[in-house]
Amino acid sequence: MPSPLTEKQTLEIGKSNKRKYMLEKLSARIFLLCALLSVLSLLLIVGFVFYKGSHPFVAEGYSFIDFVFGVDWVPSEGKFGIFPMIVASVFATFGALIIGVPIGLFTAIFLAEIAPKSIAKIISPAVQLLAGIPSVLYGVFGLAIIVPFLQNNLGLAKGQSLLAIILVLAIMMLPTIVTVAETAIRAVPKTYREGSLALGASQIGTIFKVVVPAAKSGIMAAIVLGLGRAIGETMAVILVAGNSLIIPTSLTDSVRPLTTNIALEMGYAFGTHQEMLFATGIVLFSFILLLNFVLAKISSKGGN
Amino acid sequence: MGCMLMSTTVIERNNAEKGNFSQMKQHSGEAAKISVTDLNLFYGEKQALYNVSLGIQEKKVTALIGPSGCGKSTFLRTLNRMNDLIDGVKITGDIVVDSENIYQSNDVIKLRTKVGMVFQKPNLFPMSIYDNVAYGPRMQGIKNKKELNKIVEESLRGAAIWDEVKDRLKTSALGLSGGQQQRVCIARAIAMKPEIILMDEPTSALDPISTLKVEELITHMKKDYTIVIVTHNMQQAARVSDKTAFFLNGEIIEYDETDHIFSMPQDQRTKDYVTGRFG
Ligand SMILES: Nc1ncnc2c1ncn2[C@@H]1O[C@H](COP(=O)(O)OP(=O)(O)OP(=O)(O)O)[C@@H](O)[C@H]1O
Ligand SMILES: [Mg+2]
Repeated sequence: MPSPLTEKQTLEIGKSNKRKYMLEKLSARIFLLCALLSVLSLLLIVGFVFYKGSHPFVAEGYSFIDFVFGVDWVPSEGKFGIFPMIVASVFATFGALIIGVPIGLFTAIFLAEIAPKSIAKIISPAVQLLAGIPSVLYGVFGLAIIVPFLQNNLGLAKGQSLLAIILVLAIMMLPTIVTVAETAIRAVPKTYREGSLALGASQIGTIFKVVVPAAKSGIMAAIVLGLGRAIGETMAVILVAGNSLIIPTSLTDSVRPLTTNIALEMGYAFGTHQEMLFATGIVLFSFILLLNFVLAKISSKGGN
Repeated sequence: MGCMLMSTTVIERNNAEKGNFSQMKQHSGEAAKISVTDLNLFYGEKQALYNVSLGIQEKKVTALIGPSGCGKSTFLRTLNRMNDLIDGVKITGDIVVDSENIYQSNDVIKLRTKVGMVFQKPNLFPMSIYDNVAYGPRMQGIKNKKELNKIVEESLRGAAIWDEVKDRLKTSALGLSGGQQQRVCIARAIAMKPEIILMDEPTSALDPISTLKVEELITHMKKDYTIVIVTHNMQQAARVSDKTAFFLNGEIIEYDETDHIFSMPQDQRTKDYVTGRFG
C-alpha cells in the first residue's frame, strides 16, 4: 500500500507540474517563433526588393512602362529597358517546358505503369539523383557539351544561345516533373485500370484515357514545380546564355534572361543602376506569381 | 505477362475426387458456353485454385459461393484473364469459351470484349455518365455520334437506369449514388455487347433496395447474357442463379442446380455452408 502523500511531497509535485507547464508554454513560443521566421523572411525579401526596385519610378521620374518595354539597356547612359530579357526569359521557360514536360511525363508513365519493377528500380533513383546535382554543374555540362555540340552541328559562331538554355533547363526540370508526376500516377486507384482493361481497352489506351486524366491535378503540380525550377534558374543559365542584349529572333540567338541580368551586374552596380536590377527582380517575381496563378487555375478546373 | 500455360496439370489429385468431377460433368447436360478443365492457379508459390473443372451454361446465371479467401474471385478473374495483370501468376489447365481456348490465344482484348466484368465496388471513371458508358465502344473505334448515342441509351435502358440518369448524362458519374453507379457499371459492361458477364459481389457495397434492383436486373439480363456471379449472400444465390458452385480452399466441392445445392446438398461441407453452420 502506498502511504498517503505528505504535505511536502504534494508541494513538490505541484512545483514540478508548474515547471512542466512553463516548459510547455516556452516550447510552443519557440515553435511559433520558428514559423514566424519564414514568414518574416518572405516579407523582408519581398519588401526590400520592392522598396529598392520601386524607387526609380517613384522618386526619380523613370517610367515603368519604358522600363518594361524599353529595348535598350545601357546603364552608363541611364537607359534601362528590359524587354529583350523578358522575351528571353519567356522563350527559355516555355521552350524548356515544351521539351521537358513530354519527356518527363512519358518517363513518369513508363516508370509507374509500364516498366518492370527491376528496371524502374534503376531508373527512379537515377532520376532522383539528377535533382541533387548542383545547378552550376548543369551549367558546366551545358558549356562543355551542349554549347560545342550546337556550335559544330548548327554552324554557329557561338554555341551559347537560347536553344542551349532551353536544353539545359529541360534537363534540369526533368527530375521534378518525373518524381511528382510518377507519384500522382501511382496514386490512381487500381480499380480504374482494372475497369478499363476489363472493357477491352489496351494498356496504352487505359493510360491515356483513364490513368493520366485521373492524375491530372498531380501532373499539373509537377509542371508548375518544374516551371518554377526553370524560370528562377540563374547559375546554369549564365554559363550557356551568351548574355547578348538583343531581342531573340531565332533559337540560336545569344540572349540574356532576367535572372542572368541581375546576377551579372549586381556585383558592381550602385545607385539607380542597382535599383533597376531590383526592379528586374520585381518583374521576375511577378512573372512567377502570374504563371503559378494561371496554372493553379487550369489545374483546379481540371480537377472538377 | 507473368502467365504461363501448360496443357497438362501439374498436381495430381486423388482418384476419389476425380470421380467426383466426372459426376459433375454429367449434370451439365447442354453444351457449355465456358468449359474449364483441371484449372490450377498459383500466386507465386502459393496455390489458390486446385484442379477446378466445371461447365458454365449459356444464358444461365451461375453463382459461385464459398467462404472468404476460397478463390472465387481468383477463379472469376481467370475467365477474362484479369489475373494476367498480377505479377507471378501461373496458370495451368484449360478454359474454353465457345470452343476457343482462351489461354492459347493472345488476343486478350477480344476476350475481354466478349467477357465483360462488373466489380465489387462500383468503379466508374471520373468522367461523365455518357463518357463512361461510351468508353468501351470508343476504345473499339466507334466514333459516330449517333451510333454512340444509341449504344449509350440502349445500354442504360438495359441496365434499368436510363430513366434515372437520362437528364444528367453529361454530369460526372461519381455524383450518382452507389446503387446507381453499380447499375451504370453494368450498363458500361453491356455497351460492349458482351456474351458473358462476370460479376464479383456486385451488390456487397449496396443498400438492400439497390441490391434488389440489381438482382432484378440480373434475372432480366439472363435471357441475353451468360452470367457468372460471385456472392456471399446465400439468399441472393438462391434468388438469382440457376446453377451454383461451392468453393472451399481453392477447390470446387459441389456444383449443381441451385435448387439442389440449397435443398439437398450432396457434400456435408456444402450443407454446413449453405445452412450457415460454417465459418
Ligand atoms: N494478388 C494476389 N497475390 C497473392 N495471393 C492472392 C492474391 N489475390 C488473392 N490471393 C490469395 O488467393 C486466395 C483466394 O483469394 P480470392 O480473392 O480469390 O478469394 P475470394 O474467394 O474471392 O474471397 P472473398 O470472398 O473474401 O472475396 C486467398 O488466399 C488470397 O489470399
Ligand atoms: Mg473475392
